[in-house]
Amino acid sequence: MADEQTDAAGPVTMLATPIRLDFEFTPGIAQSKFLRGLERGEFLGQRCGTCGKVYVPSRGTCPTDGVPTTEDVLLGNSGTVTTFCVVNVPFAGQSIEIPYICAQILLDGANLSFMGLIQEIPTDQIRMGMRVEAVWVDESELIPSLASVRYFRPTGEPDADYDTYKEYL
Amino acid sequence: MSAAGRTVRPVSIASFAQAQSVRRESERNEAESLHPVIAEVFANIGITKDDVDFICSGSTDYLIGGPFSFVMALDAVGVWPPRSESHVEMDGAWALYEAWVLLQEGEVDAALVYSFGRSSLGDLNEILTLQLDPYYEAPLWPDIVSLNALQARALIDSGKATEADFAAVASRSRRDALANPKAQVRKDVPVEELLEDEYVVAPLRRHALPPITDGAAAIVLAAGDKALQWSERPVWITGFDHRMETHSLGARDLTVSPSTAKAAEVAGVADGKVDIAEIHAPFAHQELIVAEALGLDDSVVINPSGGPLAANPLMSAGLIRIGEAASRIAAGQADRAVAHATSGPCLQQNLVCVLEGA
Repeated sequence: MADEQTDAAGPVTMLATPIRLDFEFTPGIAQSKFLRGLERGEFLGQRCGTCGKVYVPSRGTCPTDGVPTTEDVLLGNSGTVTTFCVVNVPFAGQSIEIPYICAQILLDGANLSFMGLIQEIPTDQIRMGMRVEAVWVDESELIPSLASVRYFRPTGEPDADYDTYKEYL
Repeated sequence: MSAAGRTVRPVSIASFAQAQSVRRESERNEAESLHPVIAEVFANIGITKDDVDFICSGSTDYLIGGPFSFVMALDAVGVWPPRSESHVEMDGAWALYEAWVLLQEGEVDAALVYSFGRSSLGDLNEILTLQLDPYYEAPLWPDIVSLNALQARALIDSGKATEADFAAVASRSRRDALANPKAQVRKDVPVEELLEDEYVVAPLRRHALPPITDGAAAIVLAAGDKALQWSERPVWITGFDHRMETHSLGARDLTVSPSTAKAAEVAGVADGKVDIAEIHAPFAHQELIVAEALGLDDSVVINPSGGPLAANPLMSAGLIRIGEAASRIAAGQADRAVAHATSGPCLQQNLVCVLEGA
């Protein structure tokens, strides 16, 4: 019976319905400050007045306490690798030659880590606790985007003590 | 009472706050826009986030064009220690319904409900097209104004209303909004003048369309002792129901709203005199359809806040109807009110909430 009901060409199994929507993005007041900092070659965070944690970037409120973060905090250029992965798998649109290192970096003075690319080191030498520093694009190329940070590289300092970053894994 | 849609355990609207409705919030992100509203809804009754046991929000990622925006919006609340939390991809009125159901069960006594949405970040007419059937309707990209114009045309053809009736709704709404500082479009323009507006899509002229609005709103629900402690004159939810109709526009009679009528029946709208009704009818002609379905007579004051024709923050406009209705009862201006919220194209889905003063 099923055969009688099916068209000779068979059931349609795929239907393409192209959709495209364009949006404007509003980073917000706090994130705009962070992005303007990147344009100057600086990492700018914000401190929560209740718990004292420094977020970089801040999204304007403390996600723990639910209060606005209003105190701007200029952070250093160096930080600690809290955790990492080595990317060995090629994928469409990949712009970096594999293998490469993707790491969570806790900037000095910050209480929130963010993701960064690690270069100038063989991939088998990356480790938790490694001290790294940001390498920026040329001053004339700085823009309000994390693209202004080319990558992070080892500073050569001794590794950070585990206790200094164990809360941020 | 134990019938579906009726209150088993009394739950009150303990506090309501809303953002200033604006055409474009161009500086603050979602969390930054929402935070003052959350702070206000708590401060109104002298509580903090630690006093609510459950959080439920309503929003849609399609407005901002970014995934999981409702998770990031939680930054405005501060969910530590960890909290029971939920989200509906619908107007905040449905988030309120979810919280109300939870409070009925009696395990929690207070809930925060909020909603947010910036309608200004993309082409709203196109975004709303994506709520249609994805195989046969959405690929044709019928814009939402045109679909509502079809509904308005059907209403005129049925003999139930005229373009002047639409204009009367718009004129009254925006005149009433003069008394609502949170509204966006506030002006006193007579019907005759509105009828000189250009058509956007006939038979809808400019005035019959809602404004594009960025906004947010929040409500605290309370039950048990907290309901009595937090309000001098508690506003009780005495009936609450929501219903939906088929997805297929062609299968519906667009001149009536049986889902509203059913929800109104279950929520018990007709059980007493209705003083005011806050109706979430974004397009002027829809107010006529919903008012009929709710069974309201001429004595009912409709949308004293100005309604969605004066401010239509998507995902919040329904929750705001409930908050506005509750505020009037709390202020002693009404004893019994009906709030309505809608979702989907051409009034596909409807929610009815009956509120009564103590």
